[in-house]
Amino acid sequence: MHMPEPDAGTIARKSEIVAALQAVVPGEGVIFDAEELAAYESDGLTAYRQPPLIVVLPETVEQVSAVLRYCNEQKVKVVPRGAGTSLSGGSLPLADGIILGLGKFNRILDIDYDNRCAVVQPGVTNLGITKAVEHRGFYYAPDPSSQIACSIGGNIAENSGGVHCLKYGLTTNNVLGIELVLMDGTVMRLGGKHLEAEGYDLLGLLTGSEGLLGVVTEVTVRLLRQPATARALLLGFESSEAAGDCVAAVIAAGIIPGGMEMMDRPAIHAAEDFVQAGYPRYVEALLIVELDGPEAEVDYLIFRCSEIAKAKGAVYERVSKNEEERAVFWAGRKAAFPAVGRISPDYYCMDGTIPRHRLPEVLRRMRELSEHYGLRVANVFHAGDGNLHPLILYDANVPGELERCEAFGAEILKLCVEVGGVLTGEHGVGVEKRDLMPSMFSEIDLKQQQRVKCAFDPDHLLNPGKVFPQLHRCAELGRMHIHRGQMPFPDIPRF
Amino acid sequence: MSLANDTLRPETPDQLQDALAWSLSEQAPLEILGQGTKRGWGRPVESRNRLDMSALTGITLYEPEELVLSARAGTPLAEIRTALAEKNQELAFEPGDWAPLWGGAAGAGTVGGMIGCNLAGPRRIRQGAARDHFLGFTAVTGRGETVKSGGRVVKNVTGYDLSKLLCGSFGTLAAMSEVTLKVLPRAEKTRTVLLLGLDDRRAIEVLCAALGSPHEVSGAAHLPKDAAAGSEVSFVKQAGGSVTAIRVEGPGPSVDARCAALRQELAGFGGTEELHSHNSLQFWRELTDLAPLAARPDLAIWRVSVKPTDGADVAAEILAERDGLHLFDWGGGLVWFGTAPEGDAGEAAVRGALADRGGHAALLRAPEPLRATLPVFQPQAPALAALSRRVKEAFDPQAVLNPGRMYAEF
Ligand SMILES: Cc1cc2nc3c(=O)[nH]c(=O)nc-3n(C[C@H](O)[C@H](O)[C@H](O)COP(=O)(O)OP(=O)(O)OC[C@H]3O[C@@H](n4cnc5c(N)ncnc54)[C@H](O)[C@@H]3O)c2cc1C
Repeated sequence: MHMPEPDAGTIARKSEIVAALQAVVPGEGVIFDAEELAAYESDGLTAYRQPPLIVVLPETVEQVSAVLRYCNEQKVKVVPRGAGTSLSGGSLPLADGIILGLGKFNRILDIDYDNRCAVVQPGVTNLGITKAVEHRGFYYAPDPSSQIACSIGGNIAENSGGVHCLKYGLTTNNVLGIELVLMDGTVMRLGGKHLEAEGYDLLGLLTGSEGLLGVVTEVTVRLLRQPATARALLLGFESSEAAGDCVAAVIAAGIIPGGMEMMDRPAIHAAEDFVQAGYPRYVEALLIVELDGPEAEVDYLIFRCSEIAKAKGAVYERVSKNEEERAVFWAGRKAAFPAVGRISPDYYCMDGTIPRHRLPEVLRRMRELSEHYGLRVANVFHAGDGNLHPLILYDANVPGELERCEAFGAEILKLCVEVGGVLTGEHGVGVEKRDLMPSMFSEIDLKQQQRVKCAFDPDHLLNPGKVFPQLHRCAELGRMHIHRGQMPFPDIPRF
Repeated sequence: MSLANDTLRPETPDQLQDALAWSLSEQAPLEILGQGTKRGWGRPVESRNRLDMSALTGITLYEPEELVLSARAGTPLAEIRTALAEKNQELAFEPGDWAPLWGGAAGAGTVGGMIGCNLAGPRRIRQGAARDHFLGFTAVTGRGETVKSGGRVVKNVTGYDLSKLLCGSFGTLAAMSEVTLKVLPRAEKTRTVLLLGLDDRRAIEVLCAALGSPHEVSGAAHLPKDAAAGSEVSFVKQAGGSVTAIRVEGPGPSVDARCAALRQELAGFGGTEELHSHNSLQFWRELTDLAPLAARPDLAIWRVSVKPTDGADVAAEILAERDGLHLFDWGGGLVWFGTAPEGDAGEAAVRGALADRGGHAALLRAPEPLRATLPVFQPQAPALAALSRRVKEAFDPQAVLNPGRMYAEF
């Protein structure tokens, strides 16, 4: 993985840039000491490390705007950072770039129950929003497993999902408005408390743009009323095929569960060893199906899902009888990553999505790849929407093992694309999958995406080196070769 | 500018790309049409040539168990609705049948047009709009290049979400050849709780209370007396006053329980009634299709999107300046306002009411001369307008796709 060649000129000007930033953000808000910078050298994808040139921690939108304007004029690269939990290296620093940290934007500005929304600063954690409104029976629906730590600004940048997104949608379906600062310092608002932004859906475009288009300084999210009840079914199957069939049959019956998660045998064992959730060790695949909503509905749907599971050959079934038991069912799934972390020195979390019915084939080929590369893999899977999280176990201290692991991971993602799926379901492209983009997109597709980037940041100063395998200059992308008068009569039906 | 006056009707994606190449080479901008049912929405397009998408048809993929459907952009929406209904599924965002608003035949319209206009019905409050169900596309840009974005799976963050940009862009960025949509199971049962005779302000309080309840309300509308009087649901028609409606959908036992709970919780606002299956369906279909306004072809129509608790005040302010027919959807967050297409068709009143509140207003229907002179879509602040223009130029630098349809400037 190569990052763009750092600009020696910028690095040489470090003290000048520090002084300029200190003029904007006084006090402790500018960090340039090597020891302190080390804290920012990686995000959740710890395999890659790079200390930034400088870290700046503004507290107001005016400061963000001034920092960006300065960097734009001086051609200094900027990497926005929320909580730094990205699993794709989205907030990986650049040697010649500053980190613009949004950690000080941590206030909830307005909770509006009548309009069912909250206005918060981008550094507020995902769970922080729910915590602020749960006493009134409300919550913010998208629930990434990192929700204790990750910021809502980062969620917008990555369009994060969670186990309840099957029914309640991803970040993009739950955000009403943002305040945005462009690279040239322009501040603008998209959307608000009403249900949709006017004009082009730039809010939708910004969501999932991985910090490449603008810095989000305020967010208005939709709040939902907490479902009256939730109950979960734990279902065990003798094969992942059977479990996959069950998932398909539930959906075909017109049921959209609140969550529907699958784990394979290695993941079940790791989780069970770690948290003793009471998972059956003898099954090949475990499903957690959660039904939420009015009590009458949940009881009825639990019954129907149970019938379906029996018909599809479930060899194990338990229904949660109370909140405590439901939490235990989830404990294993939620702890799956750290649980796998216990059985291996290192693990690498992948994030492809596939059409669900291709699951058996993808798992079979993954087993073959696992043998080929000599690395074990455990699978957790957002089964309802086809989002796979294979966890590849490796040891970074064994020379060559990280590279082998990355090669294995790349093969898995290409396989996802080959069967009609995509490279990343919720973790983002970042630096991690950047070089795989051509397996999904043509050169023309990628250039069109970069033209959109040029509309926001014509000098590629905001988070460069992420998402796109090759950076094209905007002037070159804008060029067009039109051959006038060469197609007077194309072969198209006309009237 | 070419003097051509052609209608190109591509039958394959390759021909679509040729059509754009021709348009660029001849400097002949194109007006993109599906079946042309919503030609009257937006500014008149500054072009003599038409790109007729209605021959690019057919469902290319439908996997009910995967909740996904792909179709060529010119596929009649009716064909898609039928295919989905056979599997007891639907487009959950409830796109309306709006062709009759402009005098077209009921049931007309294409799936590409639905995306281009980002349609959404009463269920918007729960299920979102077309944008929330639009997973991916293939399209030809104004550069004459075929691009794709998104995919056929719901969970996908690979690259920018260009689907969002195209949805609601009124054909000004690219001509779509194929679209992929998320589809959902139909609800087993529907029922509607009604409250009669409430004024606008009180009605929106009721709707807010219902939407803030855990009863998963999927429709929240208020029809003042004049709007209710035209309903074919006899109970609503004969109410003799305003009708406030709250819909619940889902499995049978659940709907019964939620309806009962809602009626109890809302009792403080006045007596409640219930519409059952057929009448409930009919009531919401009328609202989805804007029947009260379709019945009044003499009126210009404004679509005003505000935060729900502003709905009643916005309507009152507009009505203080101008007579008209109004109704509320989305719990008060969507105000429909029909008024005589005279003078500025109420533009000053409508946009003035939003000035300090936020939100936006679009002129959905008006005679062509008005649409050519009034800002049909909400005017944007300078920085946002400039950005929108740069986005337009990223896709269509020569402005050959529906020039002028959204904004006079591009
Ligand atoms: C244990 C673990 C579990 C996880 N589980 C999930 C999961 O279930 N689902 C899921 O979707 N993800 C998951 N993630 C990934 C990660 O938590 C999400 O991507 C999250 O949204 C990142 O938020 P952050 O605040 O940490 O962002 P960061 O890592 O700081 O940044 C991520 C990206 O966002 C940009 N960015 C951050 N803030 C802003 C802003 N204000 N304006 C503009 N750009 C900004 C950055 O430049 C970067 O490109 C998991 C991560 C971990 C470590």
